[in-house]
Amino acid sequence: MSSQPTEQRNRSNSSAAGVLDPPEKRDSSPSQSKELTEDRETLVKIFRQMLLIRRFEEKCAESYSLGKIGGFCHLYIGQEAVGVGSISALREDDYVLTSYREHGQAIAKGITPDAIMAELYGKATGCSRGKGGSMHLFDKDVNFLGGHAIVGGQIPLATGVAFASKYKETDQVTLCFFGEAAVNQGAFHESLNMAQLWKLPCIYICENNMYGMGTSLARAMSFSDVAQKACAYEIASEFVDGMDVLAMRHATERAVKRAREESLPTLLEARTYRYMGHSMSDPGKYRTRAEIEKYQERDPIKMFANKLKEQNVITDADIAGLEKEIKEEVEHAARFADASPLPDPSELYTNVYANPLN
Amino acid sequence: MAVLTMRDALNLALKEELARDSSVFLMGEEVAEYQGAYKVTRGLLEEFGPKRVIDTPITELGFAGLGVGAAMAGLRPIVEFMTFNFSILATDQIINSAAKMLYMSGGQFKIPIVFRGPSGSAYQVSSQHSQALESWYAYFPGLKVVMPSTPADAKGLLKSAIRDDDPVIFMEQERMYGMKGEVPEDEELTIPLGVAEVKREGKDATIVARSLMVPTALKAAEELEKQGILCEVIDPRTIRPLDIDTIVESVKKTNRLVVAEESHAFCGVAAEISAEINERAFDYLDAPVKRVSGVDVPMPYAKNLEQLAIPDVERIIAAVREVSYS
Amino acid sequence: MATQVVMPKLSPTMEEGQLARWLKKEGDKVSMGEPLAEIDTDKATMEMQALSNGVLRKILIDEGQSAPLGQPIAIIGEPDEDISELLKSAGEAKPGKSEAAPEQIPESDAAPAVETKPDEPVPAQAAAEVSSDGKKEPVQTGERVLISPIAARMAAEAGIDFKTIQGSGPGGRIIKKDIETAMSGKRERPSATPGLRPMPRPGEKGVIYGPSAYRDEPVSEMRRTIARRLVTSLGPVPHFFLTIEIDMERAADMRRSINELYPDLKLSINDIIIKVAAVALIQHPHVNASFQDKTVRYYEHADIGVAVATENGLITPIVRAAEMKSLLDIPDEVRELAERARARKLKPEEYTGATFSISNLGMFGIEEFTAVINPPEGAILAVGAMAPKPVVSDNQIEIRQQMRVTMSCDHRVIDGATGAKFLQTFKQIMENPLYLFVG
Repeated sequence: MSSQPTEQRNRSNSSAAGVLDPPEKRDSSPSQSKELTEDRETLVKIFRQMLLIRRFEEKCAESYSLGKIGGFCHLYIGQEAVGVGSISALREDDYVLTSYREHGQAIAKGITPDAIMAELYGKATGCSRGKGGSMHLFDKDVNFLGGHAIVGGQIPLATGVAFASKYKETDQVTLCFFGEAAVNQGAFHESLNMAQLWKLPCIYICENNMYGMGTSLARAMSFSDVAQKACAYEIASEFVDGMDVLAMRHATERAVKRAREESLPTLLEARTYRYMGHSMSDPGKYRTRAEIEKYQERDPIKMFANKLKEQNVITDADIAGLEKEIKEEVEHAARFADASPLPDPSELYTNVYANPLN
Repeated sequence: MAVLTMRDALNLALKEELARDSSVFLMGEEVAEYQGAYKVTRGLLEEFGPKRVIDTPITELGFAGLGVGAAMAGLRPIVEFMTFNFSILATDQIINSAAKMLYMSGGQFKIPIVFRGPSGSAYQVSSQHSQALESWYAYFPGLKVVMPSTPADAKGLLKSAIRDDDPVIFMEQERMYGMKGEVPEDEELTIPLGVAEVKREGKDATIVARSLMVPTALKAAEELEKQGILCEVIDPRTIRPLDIDTIVESVKKTNRLVVAEESHAFCGVAAEISAEINERAFDYLDAPVKRVSGVDVPMPYAKNLEQLAIPDVERIIAAVREVSYS
Repeated sequence: MATQVVMPKLSPTMEEGQLARWLKKEGDKVSMGEPLAEIDTDKATMEMQALSNGVLRKILIDEGQSAPLGQPIAIIGEPDEDISELLKSAGEAKPGKSEAAPEQIPESDAAPAVETKPDEPVPAQAAAEVSSDGKKEPVQTGERVLISPIAARMAAEAGIDFKTIQGSGPGGRIIKKDIETAMSGKRERPSATPGLRPMPRPGEKGVIYGPSAYRDEPVSEMRRTIARRLVTSLGPVPHFFLTIEIDMERAADMRRSINELYPDLKLSINDIIIKVAAVALIQHPHVNASFQDKTVRYYEHADIGVAVATENGLITPIVRAAEMKSLLDIPDEVRELAERARARKLKPEEYTGATFSISNLGMFGIEEFTAVINPPEGAILAVGAMAPKPVVSDNQIEIRQQMRVTMSCDHRVIDGATGAKFLQTFKQIMENPLYLFVG
């Protein structure tokens, strides 16, 4: 075992098309996947999940523009490989905590599209009974411990969940997602310090999509190699190609092993990109269409589809079949959400206290 | 009945609850090896070991959030703030996470956690270390706020707070740690949250006081009795949820109310009580409700100025006389 | 299949959007996710993306036009598809909202929240009623009696008219104890002068009063109109005049008695008038007031200007807070002010800023006259000579000391009834001057 960050960093050569290069020079390249080691069922499941998230989010955009979804709505389009790849490396009883851009991770962790869409529609059948909305999806049954809407707020929480697993001597692992903007918050640093100090089985995944709302990484972070920040806490870290779903899966597998067997934390920096605005009300003036298109060339779903086709895992016909199936699943979610009842007005006053006293 | 200091009564409550429930653990700055900055946690490390009594780095936001996360996953953390002044760093996790988790998860995640430590004025520790923050926390639905005024209440209320399934802000008073009082020895004896206690009965005026102001108000009541004014002194003990009914009943009897508090008057707990009485007992008032609060300045250092900043027996007497038209 | 493109919701608070620019023209191919137009929302200019594939068949609103959420703004379909049905439904929807829109817009999702407080419009209505009713209120406040809530309730339950009770609380507030005393009948007092409020507490000896504190209340629309109209008809200050005759027997007796007790005092009838006017003014704040164009200023104290004739003309030195001063103090103060006035030694603050003035020409034998208001004061009292006159009393003709006073009122602040009520109180106290000593 080693908690020496330098030894943990993956130095394999990169064949990335240049877009992964950070604004400053890095001393390493991102982990990427090589040959397929998974069985067909796993690979298709991963592919299907990414596609489902993409179509689900597109439906959300439509529903939001129709006024069926209120408030803020942060879409995951472009980042699917991060959530799907990493969560695919977990056991069912492992925990996930994340930010407000969490529809995709919620689907990957096993909340049904029906329950998520109903939540977005503010319906009683939503996974948070209509009280949380897009930014606060929860499902205790699948150990999805929430979308949290204060940037970085979920990081100490996840650290505490990992603390509880260690305290109770279970071997559950906690996965914590956050954007790179959260790295500038004190909560990130305070959490990493405690996680390594107390050897907590927590995996911190920074989804570096290069923008904190409208502010680019270069304008916000003095030293923008997020993975290297783990050195300050002697935490193992990896810089991963967040557009490569298997790279995400494999890096997370390594981190899970470290957490489960040695009760140690890991920081993964996943370099990714969001295609849509920060939220649905973001005009996106801070970046060019050309930049977006450049990243879309390395679309995680397209790349994975090509890889699966090259390796004869699936065919175009299989993909068309999946598309049809998923379209029906997403439409079902929208119909379910539409048809579901609004929360009863009496729900306004419930769940404020677990032990209401008067 | 044993005579204990407030400090030892709190220590006993922690010890009994740690022994009773293995999901309870205690964390905070200097709670373990140092034996507690104010010695409230003395001896607990030796008895329960480092797994359950944990020294934290000085990282209030971090360990408050860690506690809330641990509560989400089924533990019952007791998080000590060396003083509540430092909890200001942790308010994001207390207010945005602990207070709202149950609600925004549609009832799925309760947060059984206690945040405790000294609050209010100490002795000459100046502006940043002498703040009464109860009105901050009492503002938020989802939190409960408890402030004991006797060793017996401290023990019984802390045990209830630890057993409660909601986040409880448990505010002790540094000046009162050495105060002695009789404490029942029964380990199962708890004092329910949300229930006020009439600390002294009277018919002419009601004084509502909490924490340090309870002994101050009782002294004022003694003096006032000599002047022919019989005061009822009520300690709400729990600020949220507030047992307003007990106060209303008393005001219906006395027709006069003085609320004494260490905290600032503006947007404070006394203001809230005053508003409640206005709404619920207006027709019973014979005089406007009078607040006796900490003066509206940061706490000064100089001893004489500090004394002027905190309500004392004389100010409470003057207020009672004013509402009693005497 | 062709679809309508509707005005999308692009921010949480957006209710309508303005089409800034079409990025595609009719006939262009569009694919899902491709920018279709730029929309100005309440927050920003946003790109609107196509949500389906096909050809932009029809643009329904021009650049620069606005449309509410959910209104169809374009149609996307296959190049050869029949879109007439969609065009028709879009045309119908255009003036209002699309047929589905009412359900789709979040406002309607919020309906349950509205249902939980169905009485919401009621308070607003009630408030309106209160304010229309409440117009009387300011006029009535002159008779407001201070009483604690429980005292008021106890009085009502015991059937006691609390206006007859002397309050012992601060500012004369009637408190529980007063009602208890009244109920036990121990100190019940006859209400010889109904409607009189308790005397203001006498001020402490030696207190020096500056100009009175005051509160400004906005001029109501109605009051503004009255002011405007009266000014145009009668001049800058629209005066009107009220005269009342007062039986001065008791006042004269009192004056005599006091002067017997304090031979050096030289209490004059005018001194008594100053004190009585001041006490009456405190009970009628609407007379102790001035018109300030946008507000009406109500003074806390009665600062009485006393007209003094000098060689150079009229000047009105001021007895500040006269209601707080005792009859033992006023004569000296008036005498001293008058002397300095004649010596032209008054400081400006001693003759400016009265809240009410008194002009007495009784010493010249003038029975009755009208005085001119000293703006911005609201009124001036012109005092005529006190003289024996035949009066009918109990069907007998008696000769009694009578005096006529005429008040000039600024109609912009004081209405006829307001002024009349004040004079009534003035007369009541003047005819029962012991009232000054039982407060």
